[in-house]
Amino acid sequence: MFDWLHLTIPPAPAMFAQLLVGLINGAFYAMLSLGLAVIFGLLNIINFTHGAQYMLGAFCAWFLLNTLGLGYWSALILAPIVVGVVGILIERLLLRHIYGLDHLYGLLLTFGLALIIEGVFRQQFGSSGQPYAIPPELQGGRNLGFMFLPNYRAWVIVASLVLCLTTWFTIERTRLGAYLRAATENPVLVQAFGINVPRMITLTYGAGVALAALAGVMAAPIYQVSPLMGSNIIITVFAVVVIGGMGSILGAIVSGFALGLVEGLTKVFYPEASNTVIFVIMALVLLVKPAGFFGRAS
Amino acid sequence: MKTAFATAVVAFLALTVPASAEISGDVVKIGVLNDMSSLYADISGPGSVEAARMAIADFGGAVNGKKIELISADHQNKPDIGSAIATQWFDNDGVDVVVDVPTSSVALAVQEVARNKGKVFLISGAAASDLTGKACSPTSVHWTYDTVALANGTGSAVVKAGGDTWFFITADYAFGHALERDTAKVVEDNGGKILGKVRAPLNTADFSSFLLQAQSSKAKIIGLANAGGDTINSIKQAAEFGIVEGGQKLAGLLVFITDVNSLGLQTANGLQLTEAFYWDQNDETRAWSKRFFEKMKRQPSMVQAGVYGSVMHYLAAIKATGSDDGPTVVKQMKATPVNDFMTKNGKIRDDGRLVRDMYLFEVKKPSESKGPWDYYKQIAVIPGDEAFKLPGPSQCPLVKG
Amino acid sequence: MAESGRWKWVLATILVALALAAPFILYPVFIMEALCFALFACAFNLLIGYVGLLSFGHAAFFGSAAYITAHTVKVWGLPPELGILAGAAVAALLGTVFGWLAIRRQGIYFAMITLALAQMVYFVALQARFTGGEDGIQAVPRGKLLGVVDLGGTLTMYYFVLAIFLIGFAVIVRAVHSPFGQVIKAIRENEPRAVSLGYDADRYKLLAFILSAGLSGVAGSLKSLVFQLASLTDVQWTMSGEVVLMTLVGGLGTVLGPVVGAFLLTAMQHYFAQLGSWVTVVQGVIFVFCVLVFRRGIVGVIASYAAGSRNPPGISETAATGAKPAEPRTAAAPGAP
Repeated sequence: MFDWLHLTIPPAPAMFAQLLVGLINGAFYAMLSLGLAVIFGLLNIINFTHGAQYMLGAFCAWFLLNTLGLGYWSALILAPIVVGVVGILIERLLLRHIYGLDHLYGLLLTFGLALIIEGVFRQQFGSSGQPYAIPPELQGGRNLGFMFLPNYRAWVIVASLVLCLTTWFTIERTRLGAYLRAATENPVLVQAFGINVPRMITLTYGAGVALAALAGVMAAPIYQVSPLMGSNIIITVFAVVVIGGMGSILGAIVSGFALGLVEGLTKVFYPEASNTVIFVIMALVLLVKPAGFFGRAS
Repeated sequence: MKTAFATAVVAFLALTVPASAEISGDVVKIGVLNDMSSLYADISGPGSVEAARMAIADFGGAVNGKKIELISADHQNKPDIGSAIATQWFDNDGVDVVVDVPTSSVALAVQEVARNKGKVFLISGAAASDLTGKACSPTSVHWTYDTVALANGTGSAVVKAGGDTWFFITADYAFGHALERDTAKVVEDNGGKILGKVRAPLNTADFSSFLLQAQSSKAKIIGLANAGGDTINSIKQAAEFGIVEGGQKLAGLLVFITDVNSLGLQTANGLQLTEAFYWDQNDETRAWSKRFFEKMKRQPSMVQAGVYGSVMHYLAAIKATGSDDGPTVVKQMKATPVNDFMTKNGKIRDDGRLVRDMYLFEVKKPSESKGPWDYYKQIAVIPGDEAFKLPGPSQCPLVKG
Repeated sequence: MAESGRWKWVLATILVALALAAPFILYPVFIMEALCFALFACAFNLLIGYVGLLSFGHAAFFGSAAYITAHTVKVWGLPPELGILAGAAVAALLGTVFGWLAIRRQGIYFAMITLALAQMVYFVALQARFTGGEDGIQAVPRGKLLGVVDLGGTLTMYYFVLAIFLIGFAVIVRAVHSPFGQVIKAIRENEPRAVSLGYDADRYKLLAFILSAGLSGVAGSLKSLVFQLASLTDVQWTMSGEVVLMTLVGGLGTVLGPVVGAFLLTAMQHYFAQLGSWVTVVQGVIFVFCVLVFRRGIVGVIASYAAGSRNPPGISETAATGAKPAEPRTAAAPGAP
């Protein structure tokens, strides 16, 4: 039974390679849990549709390339806008009506939306993936000595770090962010100060969704552009969010990257468990610190 | 509920009709059951239905004066759904034969149902060799390919061509393990060495870690014991990490032409794989595929070609015996050699396995390809007896000795 | 009150009579499937409708019991009634562990945690040898009930399934109307007050969770015997989503709601199976529709029409999180029930 543990620890260079690769996956976890945290922070809604919106971003990029001939770089800007607008429509037409209700209805509504979006795409495209090539500027790689690092993966780490830090900075350090945080605490008062809270909420939801779509565009060249890509990843991201603590932006970023690293290490030592390790950690965190590492106890 | 009521009345009446050595219900009803919307929709799906339709049309639309009807359904790769549909078809809808069924777990479930009801099951899509091994059935014919053939084909041919050190990336579930185990045995029997293996969970999105491990093993061949999305992901990401440029070769143990289509030649070139059919092999295959292409706008996969072949052979057997009773027809099918555009001098073994030639292909480079779907060059022919040779004695109770 | 009590008995008798005659009218395998899901939905409803906890991971109990029963009956040769007990016991055990972990959090977190824990069970089922992974456990024999009654025949199996369903249903109804049920409802309405009265809220919630898990296990075990197959579908998160939908459509917190929802959804899946992915889309649409305009569900609506001004059931606006209601986004009056 214990033949599963790869007792030969790989040499240090190989370990670095694995850690780097784990960090890349962590980048996606971080971007997605960031979007979830932003939306939850203000709207108190668990956006189950997040995975579907991530998928929409990837498909948008694919569509832009195959139909309009617009490459990766345009997609990085256009896809989040398009999907963000879809998000705004969802918020305006559907989510708005249930704010006064129990939070759980929000979860159910977004779950239903996720089913719809995924079902439609699955009907249209089947479950197999659509090809999306790595943009020519980022193809190839660099031999770092301990591994061959594809340029695109290096770009993903850099871009996502920049994105996460920018979002964090905007929310925690700018005036706009201050308004947002205030509106979370006491919307009535903030509204009384003349700030259009409903509009801010709509835009925030749109921004969170756009973040998911952006992650989708970045995922398109390396993962498969498939209707199932969202549901495969969303549950893992939920676990990440529980571990990091829901209210915290920084928590989402740090836990996303950290858990990517942990998963990467598991793939080396006990690869069969690499898809359950995050859930095991979640269970442990719940035992010790139910609010999550960075969460505030409610 | 009205539909249910009507169905139940019909079912009740149907139950009172005694089974006879004639064509039941005055109709030969063929049910194509496969994946219409998911992972295997491209290799089977509506294409298989079209292939069956072509077979029925070529046969004349009727056999011994009785009309031939066709229905189809989506089993969504779920054994429960597949077995429920098959049960309903056999019990209520008068279906005489179920055809195709990709996804081995579903095929095993449907085979159980067909065996219990004495109905025919023509398997084209599924791969598990257990279908003609432990779980074999007197009313089933496993037509197109199986894991033994894939292992024998890719495994031995690649080793003979110089790929004698292997590293496996295996999908961590029963099918992946079986594929790895069968291929590893063939590799070792042919003088090769297994340098290592890693088990990746099913539906892994990111193979980079496993590919790095494969790279550091320095094995000449990286065997991909997985299927569907996992295979595509591993190949795509191998290209990203420069594995093929670094001198290692990829051997896809279960790759279909549709996978190559979705990867593109830039990514997939050099990949070696075993298939039972390729549209561009000879004039006969080209002629049939052209008809298929006109309807489906894509070239047929071996699974779809196999559906045509199996249905034709089945109908011929009904014509010869005058009955559509399961065991009788299959016995006739086993007694007749198979000769069509896809199979030459094929013979169905006692355990239900069709023994036919398999082919080792290599994916062309983009410069070598003259147009869409021009993907393969044929490297070797693996004669049927060699391809389907079992690693040990047969596990099927139907095989004597 | 006696009036409504009598009505309930009349309704119950009619339904049981219908159930007894049903296999001669409809396709029995369909009804058996619907009954299994009805039991599953009723067990789930215990948690959401009466305790106010939305679990998104009930497939773990349903599916693991299905596997255990399939394995014990096929490989160990246990008779079906012991197989079902084994399945239910394992499900209850799993429920104890999951419940203990999840109850530490409320509302949404509770849902997410149950979802994640169930996903873990799915991955284990995928890789563990005894579950047969993708193949599942097939050709599960139905065996002889109590060593005497051969369940191979469809009709016999049907009555067995009906009997188990009625027992499970009775257990739930009894639990809901018992003192235990009253405490549960009190906790749902106002947890701090219940605690101040001396009730250990967490312990009651955990007990309800275990009961719900155990009965879901019975439903799963039953299903594996009906179809003679236990597969990954039973432990997937989509299964958890389906039971939520069944209960939502039928009516949260009503006694018959989950049954109605289960029958409706099973019928939809059966008769629209040809449409493939559209079934998922339709389910999503029903979810959205129910949440926006049809929160009381079918039976909830019927019940409120029948009762006139009585408060309709549903996730209690104030209660399910045990905390204050969702903060108003505009200047609406806070704390509106």
